[in-house]
Amino acid sequence: MTIALSRRSFLFASAAVGGGLCLGLSPGAADAAEPGQLNAWVVIPPTGRIRIMASNPEVGQGIRTSLPMVIAEELDADWAAVEIVPTIADAKTYGRQVAGGSQAMPTHYENMRRVGAAARAMILSAAASEWGVPLAELQTDRGQVVHGKRRAPYGRFAAAASALPAPDLAKVAVKDPKSFRLIGTFQPGVNNRAIVSGQQAYGIDAVLPGMLHAAFHKSGVQRAAVKSANLDAVKAMPGVRDAFIVPASDEYEGLAGGVAILADTTWHAQRARNGLKVEWTDSPAAAQSTTAWAAMAAAAKGKPPALPVHSAGDAAAALAGAARRVSATYEYPFIPHLPLEPINCTARVSGTTVEIWAPTQNPEPGRLAVAKALGVPPENITIHMLRVGGGFGRRLQNDYMVEAAWIARAAGRPVKLTWTREDDVTQDFLRPGGWHHLEAGLDASGRCIAWDNHFISFGRDGKFARAAGIGPADFPAGMVDHFRVGATILPLIHTTGFLRAPGNNAFGFVTQGFIDELAHAAGADPLQFRRDFLGPARIIGDPASRGSYNTGRMRAVLDKAAAMAGWGRKLPARTGLGIGFHFSHLGYFANVIEASVSTAGEVKVAKIWVAGDVGRQIVNPAGALNQVQGSVLDALNACRNHAVTFADGAIEQRNFGDLPLLRMDEAPPIEVAFLTPDYAVTGLGEPAYPAVAPALANAIFAATGVRLRKLPFDFSALKA
Amino acid sequence: MKLNINGKPVDVAAEPDMPLLWALRDVLGMTGTKFGCGAAFCGACTVQLDGEPVRSCQTPVSAVGTAKITTIEGLSASAIGRKLQDAWVALDVPQCGYCQAGQLLAAEALLRATPKPSDADIDAAMSGNLCRCATYTRIRAAIKQAAGA
Repeated sequence: MTIALSRRSFLFASAAVGGGLCLGLSPGAADAAEPGQLNAWVVIPPTGRIRIMASNPEVGQGIRTSLPMVIAEELDADWAAVEIVPTIADAKTYGRQVAGGSQAMPTHYENMRRVGAAARAMILSAAASEWGVPLAELQTDRGQVVHGKRRAPYGRFAAAASALPAPDLAKVAVKDPKSFRLIGTFQPGVNNRAIVSGQQAYGIDAVLPGMLHAAFHKSGVQRAAVKSANLDAVKAMPGVRDAFIVPASDEYEGLAGGVAILADTTWHAQRARNGLKVEWTDSPAAAQSTTAWAAMAAAAKGKPPALPVHSAGDAAAALAGAARRVSATYEYPFIPHLPLEPINCTARVSGTTVEIWAPTQNPEPGRLAVAKALGVPPENITIHMLRVGGGFGRRLQNDYMVEAAWIARAAGRPVKLTWTREDDVTQDFLRPGGWHHLEAGLDASGRCIAWDNHFISFGRDGKFARAAGIGPADFPAGMVDHFRVGATILPLIHTTGFLRAPGNNAFGFVTQGFIDELAHAAGADPLQFRRDFLGPARIIGDPASRGSYNTGRMRAVLDKAAAMAGWGRKLPARTGLGIGFHFSHLGYFANVIEASVSTAGEVKVAKIWVAGDVGRQIVNPAGALNQVQGSVLDALNACRNHAVTFADGAIEQRNFGDLPLLRMDEAPPIEVAFLTPDYAVTGLGEPAYPAVAPALANAIFAATGVRLRKLPFDFSALKA
Repeated sequence: MKLNINGKPVDVAAEPDMPLLWALRDVLGMTGTKFGCGAAFCGACTVQLDGEPVRSCQTPVSAVGTAKITTIEGLSASAIGRKLQDAWVALDVPQCGYCQAGQLLAAEALLRATPKPSDADIDAAMSGNLCRCATYTRIRAAIKQAAGA
């Protein structure tokens, strides 16, 4: 089935070249960020369904529905009759094919409009010639060209249209958004029917002729290599075809060392692991320990940060002269991604040609990593981007792609590598933990005039690990007159990575929790204090940077969320409303949480109100609402049990039993409103996440007077 | 070994202790049933045995016997199953969709036993099935829509 799927992709790519209308379009100079791009998204065969290419990886964010909707809108195709065709990884043709950073929509929205509009213009041009009528007299109606009472399907003109020069994308006219009839409507995902009938191929469903199933056993302590292993005993186990040692790369994040076991089924390969005995080399990661790090972080408090990050004004002097000083330490753990589809990849290597079937969020770095590890040219590698059973940032890294390709080459046969859940938990690229030793100063009027943050994070050789850094422009830089942030970096070997709203997923908790503390210290209402903190509408930060934000837009979502929740209303005892806001990934979000706390310390979230602003247009409300609700509930996970710890260099947790995630009976209702001011359209996979945990902490404080500063929350502290 | 899968007799060349999950996926090529945790925590591998939801990762093929196995590929044979599928599609329940086979088989068993489930019924029947994308709000709504509520 997977092979058929991949052939289908190729078939359509070649049909696009040889058959009907293939749009080759160079983007305008404004899009020089992706130079040399030549796009081909629309195929209109003489008869049959219009095909629209879905060129971005689908991880559940709905991009294979929403971007084709944008094309179909401007093409004026009949959405119910188009066929959506996933493409292979081909950045030269399709530009940025990444499910990450909530960037697909802002990167592609305007271009995809023009791609659709250009195709429609070519069809109209061909129709005008064939019918001998002025172009201006032609209209379109859902896949048909209309002239008075005469109409004909696009396909009739496709051959002629494909001979026309492609219009200049920059000059193509697009619709007035007021006339949209598809964009902005609730459209279920294009693969929903396949999903609910068990026909949708995910990465883990790839099957190749002659394929073996692989398990790959690695040390829980990363960077350990295999000294010896009882390979002969393993090879003698039922269903096992081969077992061999994979040598460790010397490079950090290079191919990990371990034992590969190849068998007739995944089960045989995994069962054989139980009989595997491995002696590992010593690893520099063996010293990793959560308790040791906590001691180091505590010891750093009050000492100057080793690494200055940003300073404005004179924070020390302002603190010394402040009418009121508030200090607190905020803390959060390492957290794993836990995509429900375990990490997997299927590979076939013939000579220097490599073919990969991967559930990846980010194929191109994987191509380069495989090329390097196998010593083959990158252009010899074909990557099929199969549907991803959950990303959350984990599959921005492509370690499994390298493993599968290396093992397949060594095996001399196609191989599907499947990790267990235990592999996934213990070998993840974790969201780094961290501590923030904060001190702020308020003036006599209760205004925040000083903010000092000693950030304790992780890294190596004086540099932050991936996703472990803090930036000089991070909130609330630029908003407090006297501001200082510096960092101390604790030693870490274990791999870290991007997890939904990287950085922000922790900083939102820290800043919105601490601001709440400042509000209470100032004797102010937490909503009003935040309004005053944001101040007048203006741009904070370099307007050319992705990190700059508009305080007016933030204020608007803050006020909206507060209004939705009835901020200020009277509540029963031990029930509170908490509020928070955060800007990230170009999106503005605020939410209010109503929580009640029993005298036994049980917390119940009654409801969450969310207001968001991702620009002037919600492309597909179906997917948009799903993303916001999913982000919010994911963030509740981080408040509860979503954490891993280290002992003796390795992660102590193993499976969902150690990491109990939110279930049906624990999911509160979530009301979402989008504001749509006239700004560029941006993405939704991430920005609704960061302000949730602080809103809950703030609600719990309102209910109980207990301030929670450490994730996951210790609810036992809430007993009456 | 003979199994009855989605109303058809099927010969399966599997050792007796092989979990049904892997017999379906790797021996029979029926990949609609998903591997999630291998330890009965997540419910992604849920199938029905004689109409009852079970974790196929914890069910050796030898334990199946003559029980009728229903997998996601066979869900549409049930009228309730079809209503659930239609509701799942129309309300756009899936995000990544990986858990939804298990969710649907659990929901079908719920509606067969309890045609008009309350929220508490839904919580009780569905809380064994993890959705990492947290589509719970829509799963609840889709079950109610399929129930004609």
